[in-house]
Amino acid sequence: MKNFLITLIIILIPVKSFGLIEVDITRGNLNPLPIAVSPLSIDEESRKNFENILKKKNIGSEISSIVENNLKVSGLFNPLNKDAFLQEPDIANLKPRFEDWNLIKAQALITGNVSYVEEKLRVEFRLWDVLAGKEMMALAFTTVPNNWRRVGHIITDKVYERLTGEKGYFDTRIIYVAEEGPKTQRVKKLAIMDQDGANNKFLTLGNELVLTPRFNPTSQMVTYLSYFRNLPRVYLLDIETGTQEVVGDFPGMTFAPRFSPDGKKIIMSFAKDGNSEIYTMDLENRIVEKITNHPSIDTSPSYSPDGKFISFNSDRSGYQQIYVMKSDGSNVKRISFGKGIYGTPVWSPRGDLIAFTKLHKGKFYIGVMRTDGSGERLLTENFYQEAPSWSPNGRVLIFYRETKTDSKGKGFSAKLWSIDLTGYNERQVPTPTDGSDPSWSSLLSN
Amino acid sequence: MKLSKILKNGFLIVVACLALSACATSKKSTGQMQGDVYTGTDTVEYLASGVPDRVFFATNESVLTTASRETLRKQAAWLRKNSKITIVLEGHADERGTREYNLALGERRANAAKDYLMTYGISSDRISVLSYGKERPVDSGSNPLAWSKNRRSVTVKAN
Repeated sequence: MKNFLITLIIILIPVKSFGLIEVDITRGNLNPLPIAVSPLSIDEESRKNFENILKKKNIGSEISSIVENNLKVSGLFNPLNKDAFLQEPDIANLKPRFEDWNLIKAQALITGNVSYVEEKLRVEFRLWDVLAGKEMMALAFTTVPNNWRRVGHIITDKVYERLTGEKGYFDTRIIYVAEEGPKTQRVKKLAIMDQDGANNKFLTLGNELVLTPRFNPTSQMVTYLSYFRNLPRVYLLDIETGTQEVVGDFPGMTFAPRFSPDGKKIIMSFAKDGNSEIYTMDLENRIVEKITNHPSIDTSPSYSPDGKFISFNSDRSGYQQIYVMKSDGSNVKRISFGKGIYGTPVWSPRGDLIAFTKLHKGKFYIGVMRTDGSGERLLTENFYQEAPSWSPNGRVLIFYRETKTDSKGKGFSAKLWSIDLTGYNERQVPTPTDGSDPSWSSLLSN
Repeated sequence: MKLSKILKNGFLIVVACLALSACATSKKSTGQMQGDVYTGTDTVEYLASGVPDRVFFATNESVLTTASRETLRKQAAWLRKNSKITIVLEGHADERGTREYNLALGERRANAAKDYLMTYGISSDRISVLSYGKERPVDSGSNPLAWSKNRRSVTVKAN
């Protein structure tokens, strides 16, 4: 047994001592890794074919730009200026001259090639460790040309995973509420876009108020609140087919919906006679279960990733606080005890943390705490912000922020923002209109 | 270093002054707020002469104030006189809370009004309740007075 252990260690040590680059994502990265993203090389005939189909002059450079932007926005990488690149893309992909890349201080290099093969788009790419002079990864895949943006996201996911040791979050989408109009009469539509803000699409027309869309973690289904016919109810929407249906048959307002981690149930609040309780409905057999039973407001439920627990907020102590219970509603325990009011708990996909909104002394915070309420950490403070949603790898939170209006009530806006779990890398997420209530999808591909 | 310390203190003093003067004005009560409940008439509409359409609430509260109860008694009298009229009670919250909690709070406020109307003889069949949470403010301001106008339950004729 002892011998076995020792051999294991001996094997492990040399692997480490190769010293291939690694990116630590557990702390705020103040020194993003310098990386060169060489444009994907492309032969002239393929270039012309893609120009015809996709109306993009050079699809190789376009895909590389997506990778470059993703890496930059992640905050972990510093993509270097292409003007300084000394090697042509096609030659770099065959055999990079590491001295040249070293000269411009690149520590990692991405090269690749894109071609038109039997009406499909074929990509191969490589990740190189410039200092060690070694190939770290080589992958190839084929898809329909229209998927070209996703190709950029998948390459980023693979590079991110190879360098950080964790799954990426780039080949994902965000569903959110697009907003327009004066603050007193906002027009709200469901909208969906790629994680980087591209391919924005409106899913409703704005005839009725819609709120709080959330993805099914296992598919591309969405649950949300709609005021269709002035009856606020939880709906289920299939994004691919556009079909919608009311969830359950409740004699009153249902709201605050979310899916269970297996995607088979919807958990939500039902308000009746001034009391909001948490219910679940099984989407297969339509069985409805009442989970909480308390005269206070119980809402914003969110399952733990193993489905065994539910976090929610309740004002049973007098003010809104976060509670955790078993998924059958037993063992209710308050977990937030800091100063202020706590709401919108959302369980991390990694299971170890709960993200929340906190209101204290007139300021709103997005923060995280362990699932027993310990280790509270506030990530960002603002006039108004709420409703965090986790990236599928549990490293980034997306939320929305509203501005304070001036003395005349003007200057209102609502925007999507993201921040790393470390508290660094706070960024506005681009949307064509104002936006709120974002929800991050799981990875579209793996 | 010293200068920045002085500046910092100076800044703190200015902030403190602002906070005090804000307190002073709100305590004076310009006839617009009592505590943090709106008592003005800026946004109020009338269901009939002398029958205001809305009642206001304190932050996070759904308790009816004395003034609110008086308004609702007037509404009940008007509803008894006009027995064919049905109403929707629209419950609202201010923007200083999370969206989902505010939906529940709006529902609770509208139901507080509903319960009171029922104790004055209005059948629940004539009343429906609709919460808008913080989605439909009447005042787009980001200040305590605007928020007090937005914490409301509005009685709307449904037919």
